[in-house]
Amino acid sequence: MTLPELLPLGLDGVLIRFATTYSDAANSAAQHLAAALTGDPIPGQTEVAPGLGSVLLRFDRLTTHRADVLAALKPRLEAPQSAPFAAQHWTVPACFGGAWGADLAAAAALAGRTEEALISELCATDLRVLALGFAPGQPYLGTLPEHWQMPRLPALTPRVEAGTITTALRQIVLFAAPSPTGWRALGRTAFRPFTAAAAEPFLLRPGDSLRFTPESAENIASLIEKGDPLGGALRSIPK
Amino acid sequence: MTGNLEVISAGPGISVQDLGRPGHTALGLSTGGAADRRALWEAAALLGQSRPFAALELPLTGARCRVTVPTRIALTGAPMQASRDGKTLIWNASHQLEPGEILDLRPGESGVYGYLSLAGGLLTRETLGARATLAAAGLGTPVQAGMRLPFGADPAPDTPAQRLPLDDRFTGGVLRVIDGPQTALFAPDTRTRAFATPFKAGPASRQGLALLQDGAPFATATAGLLSDFIGPGDVQMTGTGQAVVLLADCQTIGGYPRLGTVIPADLPRAAQARPGTALRLVDITMDAAEIASPPEALWLAPLRARVAPLTRDPRDIPDLLSYQLISGAVRGDEEDA
Repeated sequence: MTLPELLPLGLDGVLIRFATTYSDAANSAAQHLAAALTGDPIPGQTEVAPGLGSVLLRFDRLTTHRADVLAALKPRLEAPQSAPFAAQHWTVPACFGGAWGADLAAAAALAGRTEEALISELCATDLRVLALGFAPGQPYLGTLPEHWQMPRLPALTPRVEAGTITTALRQIVLFAAPSPTGWRALGRTAFRPFTAAAAEPFLLRPGDSLRFTPESAENIASLIEKGDPLGGALRSIPK
Repeated sequence: MTGNLEVISAGPGISVQDLGRPGHTALGLSTGGAADRRALWEAAALLGQSRPFAALELPLTGARCRVTVPTRIALTGAPMQASRDGKTLIWNASHQLEPGEILDLRPGESGVYGYLSLAGGLLTRETLGARATLAAAGLGTPVQAGMRLPFGADPAPDTPAQRLPLDDRFTGGVLRVIDGPQTALFAPDTRTRAFATPFKAGPASRQGLALLQDGAPFATATAGLLSDFIGPGDVQMTGTGQAVVLLADCQTIGGYPRLGTVIPADLPRAAQARPGTALRLVDITMDAAEIASPPEALWLAPLRARVAPLTRDPRDIPDLLSYQLISGAVRGDEEDA
């Protein structure tokens, strides 16, 4: 991996950019650098966030200067520390097709697979949380094989519900809140990645892995009705 | 003594705001907080606070309210028509509010966001370390008529009323811009034109302010660009080539390219631009920006230095004729009495 670019992002931020187009290598490099900086902060650092292909580092202008931040960062980039982080593994019940997955048939056609084959492939894949964004706690998951490289919809779907599984660009977005979207709806979970009032408002972290398990629409509906943000999901932390 | 702010009537979009929730970018949660952060620091200066407390933010709308215990209040941000029991209150000042008195706030001539701060701060529900409202995420307190909002005791109730000179940030002007991670993705002539274009403020929300211009949209040749971190102040070029200045509630990650970032010192000017207000973008160097926009914690001391006692201007007293202006005057014929 070539050295990332160091760019200003506001007066108190440095963007450490590994790539301007998506690659798993850049995403992984960003997550590892963020973990290393979180575990061993540079002086004046106030926040570190891993993105799809970059890391945002914010610093306190009262205690340090951009030049000092850049000077402290450079050796960390030239000799990156491998910093394993405690990623969680999630198993999330989901149903596919029907009113909650209105774009499944079209997505299968674009991928050149049957609906059943597309869903069984998805449910056999350990997806990784590439980044959280767009809405609080909302994951970009990926990446899927090449035949999942499908564009966004030409027109926005006015509303998908929280818990909707959508796809585009070899990625999955699991909506954390009701939203309009240009991504293709495949199905739904009762899993709520963000709940403001919960004891644990955010369930996912960048780097977590997640696998969907097929469930009937009736069971998903009853899990949604129960209102538990976990929505029947199981969590484990690999040793 | 803690009390309640009783909201008698309230227009749409009023919310409780403080300085927001920094530090959650990795989880997709933006800092949020007051659209005009400077207005909260002005209130802190007027009320003798060491840092801003949660306040009521009123976006181009009015409210009537009263308090259950006496407190000082501060009125800052976009100048509103304010009155206490029908008598005009000076804007950008602190005032005493007694139980039963009706505080009436209505939109004024310029600006967007007016703020009502209380000496002890609003004590509404705190989530993730702040009271700031982000309605879409269920955070904070959207305000409606009939609500009772708890506030803290006034720590120095005998402090006389104060005022600050009114800032000029409510009528548009210059937004200074520093380079960002994607500035180099714009062609030089596109950048030159953006910085030479007279804009008018267009549609806006707490998430962003559209900048409208005569003439062609701004070209961006950045299809397939990977989504990356965005933040308040970023000047984003949408797919139709329209510039949008991102504000407090913008998302944390976005896919549109950004020309640069409006410096924090000028962001209140963008937030306070009413539709149609004239705005310009001016590019400045990082070194110049460092000086022009000191860290926010350093905003307070210069504001405090400008705080002065509020002495009533006779023109602000509507019932001047009812005052006994000649009480105690010498008539000259006392010996005859």
